Amino acid sequence: MTMAMALGMIMPILTWAGTHAPPLVVVTPLLAGPIAVFLHKGRLAWAWALAISILTFVFVLLLMPQVIQNGHIAYYMGTWVPPLGIEYRIDSLNLLILLLVSAMGVLSLVFGLPLVENEIEESKRGQFFAAFLLCLAGLLGVTITGDAFNVFVFLEISSIATYVLVSMGAERDRRAYVAAFNYLVMGTIGATFFVIGVGLLYMASGTLNMADIAMHIHGHSDNRVVRAAFAFIVIGLGLKMAMFPLHTWLPSAYARAPSMVGVFLASTATKVAFYAMVRFIFSVFTPGSPFEGAVFDLVLAPMAVAAMIICSVQALYQINIRRLLAYSSIAQLGYMLLGLSMGSIAGVAAGLLHLFNHALMKGALFMGVGKASLRQGVTNVQDLRGLGKTMPLTAASFTVAGLSLIGVPLTAGFVSKYYLVVAALERGWWWAVAALIVSSVLAIFYIGKMLETMYLHEPPKITKSKKTAPQAPAKTSLLALGPLMLMAAANIYFFFDASLPKGLADAAAKALLGGGAS
Amino acid sequence: MNADFITPLDAFTIIDLILMLMLLIVGLAIVRLNDIFAIVMLAGVYSLVSALWFVSLDAVDVAFTEAAVGAGISTVLMLGAMLLSSRTALPAKPVRKWASFFIVLATGAALMYAVTDMPSFGDPLSAPNAYVGLEYLKRSLPDTEIPNVVSSVLASYRGYDTLGETSVILTAGLGVMLILGMGGKINGQLKKKAIDYDNADAQAHHTVLRVVSKMMIPLIVLYGFYVQFHGDFGPGGGFQAGVIIASAVILYALIFGVDAAKAAVPPLVVRIGAALGVLIYGGTGIAGLILGSNYLDYNVLDPHSAPHGQELGIMSIEIGVLITVCSVMLVIFYGFTSRQPDITDKDW
Amino acid sequence: MNGMQFLAGHFNYIVVIILMMTGLYIVISTGNMVKKLTGLGVFQTSVFQLYITMGKVTGGRPPIVAHAPEGAEHAAANGGEHGASTADTAVRMVHDMADVPVNGVIYSNPIPHVLILTGIVVGVATLAVGLALIVRIRETYDSIEEEDVEEAEYKARKAANA
Repeated sequence: MTMAMALGMIMPILTWAGTHAPPLVVVTPLLAGPIAVFLHKGRLAWAWALAISILTFVFVLLLMPQVIQNGHIAYYMGTWVPPLGIEYRIDSLNLLILLLVSAMGVLSLVFGLPLVENEIEESKRGQFFAAFLLCLAGLLGVTITGDAFNVFVFLEISSIATYVLVSMGAERDRRAYVAAFNYLVMGTIGATFFVIGVGLLYMASGTLNMADIAMHIHGHSDNRVVRAAFAFIVIGLGLKMAMFPLHTWLPSAYARAPSMVGVFLASTATKVAFYAMVRFIFSVFTPGSPFEGAVFDLVLAPMAVAAMIICSVQALYQINIRRLLAYSSIAQLGYMLLGLSMGSIAGVAAGLLHLFNHALMKGALFMGVGKASLRQGVTNVQDLRGLGKTMPLTAASFTVAGLSLIGVPLTAGFVSKYYLVVAALERGWWWAVAALIVSSVLAIFYIGKMLETMYLHEPPKITKSKKTAPQAPAKTSLLALGPLMLMAAANIYFFFDASLPKGLADAAAKALLGGGAS
Repeated sequence: MNADFITPLDAFTIIDLILMLMLLIVGLAIVRLNDIFAIVMLAGVYSLVSALWFVSLDAVDVAFTEAAVGAGISTVLMLGAMLLSSRTALPAKPVRKWASFFIVLATGAALMYAVTDMPSFGDPLSAPNAYVGLEYLKRSLPDTEIPNVVSSVLASYRGYDTLGETSVILTAGLGVMLILGMGGKINGQLKKKAIDYDNADAQAHHTVLRVVSKMMIPLIVLYGFYVQFHGDFGPGGGFQAGVIIASAVILYALIFGVDAAKAAVPPLVVRIGAALGVLIYGGTGIAGLILGSNYLDYNVLDPHSAPHGQELGIMSIEIGVLITVCSVMLVIFYGFTSRQPDITDKDW
Repeated sequence: MNGMQFLAGHFNYIVVIILMMTGLYIVISTGNMVKKLTGLGVFQTSVFQLYITMGKVTGGRPPIVAHAPEGAEHAAANGGEHGASTADTAVRMVHDMADVPVNGVIYSNPIPHVLILTGIVVGVATLAVGLALIVRIRETYDSIEEEDVEEAEYKARKAANA
């Protein structure tokens, strides 16, 4: 009886929250950010940010049944029907990214507490978490919207917040300021290219709603304005996602950023930019037109292969672990880009699945480095010596994620690489398969180098050098271990049961390529 | 594309041509110069000429904002940063010059390629002009009772973009706070000194400037509020008004010292303001949700008349924009001034 | 459409493209960080010009709509009455010259203006953060030239290895 009454109370609230979840997903962290500025007592700001990010994740979960049931949700801001107003549009594709970003927001915050207390001055923590929440809101806003110009606005919220967050690493490494500045210049050039592209699309169609643009430019792929728009949007978003050869800002930015920021960015920021590119290429422009086909075959696919090999080689030569992982990220972006440039349902689905898996592995690897830095002040590969003995759980998690990056069976990385190979064979792209193998072999070397140092070398005698971070209290250090092990476990779990990401990626690829202008 | 339309060559075209020529000259001058002071001033000139051109192109709201933000605030910030560093730039190496030139050439070629398919300048039936834009012009008055269509689109039809834009400003303020700090609280002693601006130190500043500015500052603030509340009927709105009111405080700080300004408008108030504005904006959207409609729906704010509800909602969010923009401009100004030695007369 | 007519209708775009490229050139050719941000400003302002140029209507006025003259209120083709916002939402896609005047007056297109207002604000936000970083870089390295900063870092690394 009371159960029924409680249900009767909760159900309307859930239904209401479900209906309005689309704006709430973004507005919750957006409005909570400014409040966090004023919470500088102890861990209040952190607790607030964590609570908000969990709430955001819950709103994303509320979207899930609706999307799976109806295929997509449309939400009109201010009830203005598009193209008059701004529309939020959620389908399997952005649901996958929303799940990823909001979950990573929660995990990075849980993981990040000891690291933030180690790296960020106490008086700045309130503002730091405020910037983090704004960054989260920006990334979610880019992912969820169905309006081309709205993408730009939220992209800039997340980008400006990211520049600031990266520069906060200067307390640990003074080069963070320069890294953040270079990122700002490159990022702003990218954003401006994107704005030019959107302007050209508007010039050709008279509207800003993505679905409406698609309808207007359908069959006009020979229009030169549309073609130039395509080029500018691809280059603009390419800069934001560090597409080879526009990636030069990324290694320094990720390596110098505070550890928690590195974890969050490595698993979300470039992914969201990649998503935006997929969205524009397939949902706005006409897929399958000769022009797009030529760009895929002659520009994107060769760039992808070049990234996979050149950046893997560059990773081999890195001394700093975070830089090594960052170069590896650019190579891995090449995998996703390769899937995209196949232009087939199987290829796009494999690319999206790899996006999801790569977020899992890179998140775990950056967490591992961060965790190790708490105890041993790890920055370079040689600092990992003997980690297998001193921090066995961290080392084990790091190892699992590393193996997943290589693509060893029993890890998630194997699954997406397998689908990539299948998709490449389906198109008869033997050279792509060869590139995949070469790149994976290179990954064995650069991951192997780290694992070898971890397990086969004696731990250094811990001396309190001035660079070594003070040891964090055991409790918070344990808090960081949870998300790390969870991420490592996810790398194994999604080998055995990839149905959630695979299902969403397949549905997304089918919707993108099957329905044309949908 | 409407092939029948032919752009007429009239007096406006000649004005446009002159302005474009000026822009080209200024742009090329910036490329060639290495004196940072000259570059910064020319960038201000570039913005100002652009603003003039925007007036000629009927974009009065944009012109207003470009003049206030691009030529005004940006130049002040640039000058502030310049005073802290060297005055001349190293000339670029030839290799870099040529590499840059080819990148730019390729990018420009991509755009030039598209020019042939662009609609003729001024064509009322071109794709961008005849579709949603025309629709806004027709519905703004019946829907919102607001004659300035730019205001109604900004605040209502595309109000969600503007929420994002206000958040961008807030993020920048937060960023400057994190990177530069706010210079801390002023302690009692400093405060006393700051308010006592008739001492010998302050007398060194020009008396005429001080007297005139004392008369000007209230007028500037008053004008700011006029721009704010007249934004529905003429060019203006929260962004422009916020910048204008902030500039009054900045003028005060430049003449009577930053400490005096901080005593009048304390950093804490400014920080609260920056957050408060976004919360007012977002809260107006939440009000729509609570009243049973979608996010940012102002129609439901007045149960009897949807257009009146729109007017209420737009007024509310414009106030939010004003508070955030004004506060963040001051956050940024305080952040920069906390870092630099006071600007002496010699520097001018 | 002959060459002269084409040039008259597209001259603006050509100039704006040259201006954009001037800005981009300044950004990537210089190593001085303040000049870089100036270039970014010129680049962005020129993109704004591209938008505003495309929204101009010949003979148009700024998009501040006057109230309809008495009795002419219903003349507008699809203006709709109060409460039109949710019910009458179909946006007409095809227009001819007769549709262009609103209450008898021609106006320029408001959409590019709205977008560029946003663009200007985003621009100044980026500029503020960029300048703040420059101030910090100068405090750290005593220079705002990329070359000097790289050299300082190179020396620091050599000293650390020695």
